[in-house]
Amino acid sequence: MGTTAELTRLTAHELSDLLRRREVSAVEVTEAYLERIQAVDGQVKAFLTVTADQARKAAQEADRRFATEPAESLPPLLGVPGALKDNMCTIGIKTTCGSKILHNFIPPYDATVVEKTKAAGAPILGKCNMDEFAMGSSTENSGFFPTANPYDLERVPGGSSGGSAAAVAADEAAWALGSDTGGSIRQPAAFCGLVGLKPTYGAVSRYGLVAFASSLDQIGPLTKDVTDAALVMNLIAGKDERDATSVDRPHPDYTSFLGREIKGLRVGIPKEYFVEGLDTEVREKVMAAIGALANLGAELVEVSLPHTEYALATYYLIAPAECSSNLARYDGVRYGHRSTTAPDSVTMFKKTRQEGFGPEVKRRIMLGTYALSAGYYDAYYLKAQKVRTLFRRDFEEAFKQCDVIASSTTPTVAFKRGEKVDNPLAMYLSDAFTIPAPLAALPALSVPCAYSAEGLPIGLQLQGRHFDEGTLFQVAYALEQALGLKRRHPEIPTGSGKEVR
Amino acid sequence: MSRYETVIGLEVHAELLTESKLFCGCSTEFGAEPNTHCCPVCLGLPGVLPVLNRKALDYAIKAALALNAEIASYSKFDRKNYFYPDLPKAYQISQYDLPLAKKGWLELKVDGQPRRIGITRIHLEEEAGKSVHSGESIIGSEFSLEDYNRVGIPLIEIVSEPDLRSPAEAHQYLERLKAVLQYAGVSDCKMEEGSLRCDANISLRPVGQAEFGVKVEIKNMNSFRAVLRALEYEVARQTELLDSGTAIVQETRAWDEGRGITVSMRGKEEAHDYRYFPEPDLPPVVIDREWVERLRSELPELPGPRADRFVSQYGLPAYDADLLTSSRRLADWFEAAVQEYHDAKAVSNWVMGDLLRLLKAEEKELDELPLTPGHLGEMLKLIDDGTISGKIAKTVFEEMFHTGKRAADVVKEKGLVQISDEAELARIVETVIAANPKSVADFRGGKEAALGYLVGQVMKETRGRANPGLVNQLLRDRLSRQ
Repeated sequence: MGTTAELTRLTAHELSDLLRRREVSAVEVTEAYLERIQAVDGQVKAFLTVTADQARKAAQEADRRFATEPAESLPPLLGVPGALKDNMCTIGIKTTCGSKILHNFIPPYDATVVEKTKAAGAPILGKCNMDEFAMGSSTENSGFFPTANPYDLERVPGGSSGGSAAAVAADEAAWALGSDTGGSIRQPAAFCGLVGLKPTYGAVSRYGLVAFASSLDQIGPLTKDVTDAALVMNLIAGKDERDATSVDRPHPDYTSFLGREIKGLRVGIPKEYFVEGLDTEVREKVMAAIGALANLGAELVEVSLPHTEYALATYYLIAPAECSSNLARYDGVRYGHRSTTAPDSVTMFKKTRQEGFGPEVKRRIMLGTYALSAGYYDAYYLKAQKVRTLFRRDFEEAFKQCDVIASSTTPTVAFKRGEKVDNPLAMYLSDAFTIPAPLAALPALSVPCAYSAEGLPIGLQLQGRHFDEGTLFQVAYALEQALGLKRRHPEIPTGSGKEVR
Repeated sequence: MSRYETVIGLEVHAELLTESKLFCGCSTEFGAEPNTHCCPVCLGLPGVLPVLNRKALDYAIKAALALNAEIASYSKFDRKNYFYPDLPKAYQISQYDLPLAKKGWLELKVDGQPRRIGITRIHLEEEAGKSVHSGESIIGSEFSLEDYNRVGIPLIEIVSEPDLRSPAEAHQYLERLKAVLQYAGVSDCKMEEGSLRCDANISLRPVGQAEFGVKVEIKNMNSFRAVLRALEYEVARQTELLDSGTAIVQETRAWDEGRGITVSMRGKEEAHDYRYFPEPDLPPVVIDREWVERLRSELPELPGPRADRFVSQYGLPAYDADLLTSSRRLADWFEAAVQEYHDAKAVSNWVMGDLLRLLKAEEKELDELPLTPGHLGEMLKLIDDGTISGKIAKTVFEEMFHTGKRAADVVKEKGLVQISDEAELARIVETVIAANPKSVADFRGGKEAALGYLVGQVMKETRGRANPGLVNQLLRDRLSRQ
């Protein structure tokens, strides 16, 4: 069947169908992706580590199962290669979290999502680049190198799951896992023309996800379409005994929501999200997509989320406070980088961290340490926790009037590399629409809704009720079908690619 | 009488006896090869998460109930942040503003009167690891090694009110606390293995003054005796300073066991800012009444009520009852022996006397002995029926203590049967009188003590086997006859 390029352009469910019909082997599919990585990753720089051998082995095992097991009992993603953000621990494979301080860290355990991926027989192609410790919105904060947006190599892919998003958008992986703390799945999904879901807090196990802000972090899918996102969610969702914050409730088959009509469904339009700072073209395209939902019979309702303007400030107290504690363990004593020039342990801690962490991580550790310090705790951290409950209330009120909330995922399309890297506040503002959902522990999804005049993707964000990912999939799928938006396959100069053995 | 009143509060950390650690499945066994009871979770590797050990929570609740504390229906865990090589996550999971239990008390006996010492709070937290320094201490050591076996072992911290009024009371509080925790079966409280640790806050104030004086915290006390000595030292030091008109400095001081003094560690301004905040990886702890009552029903009779019962049921003096109930094992042993022999006071005398003396001398624990309560009962019956004397019984007891042989067998093997044959003893009495004319004269001259010497000589002749009562009587009769 077909050429390599044709294979890698397919969605995960299309590949799955071909594999099931035995029209292509899992080994052929994995080889096609490895070739693609070799051809283009020198430009895209999506991967930090390519795990060709493990992927090939998994593909061979998948082919064995296709040959010996009845098709209906095979897991949907068997033989469909994916990629992981490099903050998910992989046994025996370097897990750097995009940081020099973990440049040599090889975990002796798999994250729960990695175990599930392996059990489902999906070959893992490698570990993707990211902003260091998932702190950033452009993947420029990677401790190793920046990743390019496949639609325009001069632009950023978004962040912090920029490597995962770029890999899927450049057809270097059929699907990928990212993690979202303040928008780190949805913003890169929007910038790279993908579907990205941040699940409800507690829906997916965090065991083995290197922590940034524990009360906000969630793992979720980055995929080529809505169906793929539902399939990946089916794979990763569920209670995990090793994560006390994962919620013990059975999850539905997310694909069962696809194709349900949305007639009568109430779509909330939050006025606080259509404000100054939202790019005119983005606003027009997003409103047009919302119009398409109305054409399908959805009822549009104006809603208010009055505390939205405090989201950024709240987030930048809580997330750094938690990160200042979570990242304190990187002291050089047991693993990772250790400064070798220190005469005593305290100096070793200091120099190790000075050498190992990049500027954005240091900035947030400082912010968080300050917010938790005696005399400031009440005014900053505690106040932020109180405000956090206001966002919950905002959404509770809004969801009395509507079933999903639609907005733009980001204020602008993908920006140019270097444009905001020296202006942290401008960078933070690019997450203004994605930050409220994690603060309220709600699920939120970004789905491509248009391309800009320059040919850059624009994402529409849908926010839902707790554990109501199903409705997000239902609406996103309806929109996807109604718009009939063809996923573009941006031209990426090949050659001078990554050496893949 | 001192012009100052001493005010002491204690902070005790006790390791719980669970088989696995507080947040992972690793073993809590003591004395294993370094770094063999570790996993990614207790080592705090990137991405791992804690999961609460329910058994540890049960034990902590039991401890709190045994200390008469109120169990919080809602409590939570917090992170205590600080950098140290023995702390793998660079934070300790502890409880800050919502502890597991509050408002408990422990009853002491002061001058024979009961006195309640308040317990402010009891909370659950995890142990840190252990640093082993290449030199004598951290200062001057070329390197340090870390043993993470201990990391994550469950601990309870028990904070007392500043209700203790002397080092001796503090010492008694620790003894009582240890007894209660051991009775509850939640901690073995071995200070030498570090499973019980104690820090003290101490201040002095003029007698009659309501406000507390400036307090000093004392650390690094590795035995109950060290606590007593350190506090006594501190009372003397602070008294001297106050007498000379010098203000006490609020600080943390370390007990130097070798020199028998406390030395300044750090002042108030160097106190850590631990930046406590709620542990986001663990849900709050919600405890319903039913659960608490189930655990309460599992608690055994505790030392205080048991001592009271010993007084009323066995007619023991309060002193005996307190000592016998100081450990659950000892009290159990005593009660088993009372089942074997009717006279509780006699049993008590043997347990508090010879048994405790031998245990201490041999550095043994009760459960290591071949000696059983049945052994003691049988031996006491041999005294009653005149087979052996009370004095010989001491020899028999010691033999039983070491070998586990029955009393009757020891008596037979060693030929220790008491000589109660009047004719035989009369002959020996004659010999002794003949050989000791001076003592005989002394006794007849009114020196009663001389009789004791003569009895001793008869006992010597019989290698202690003579019936002492009979010897006494024979000697008196013989000497009064002229």
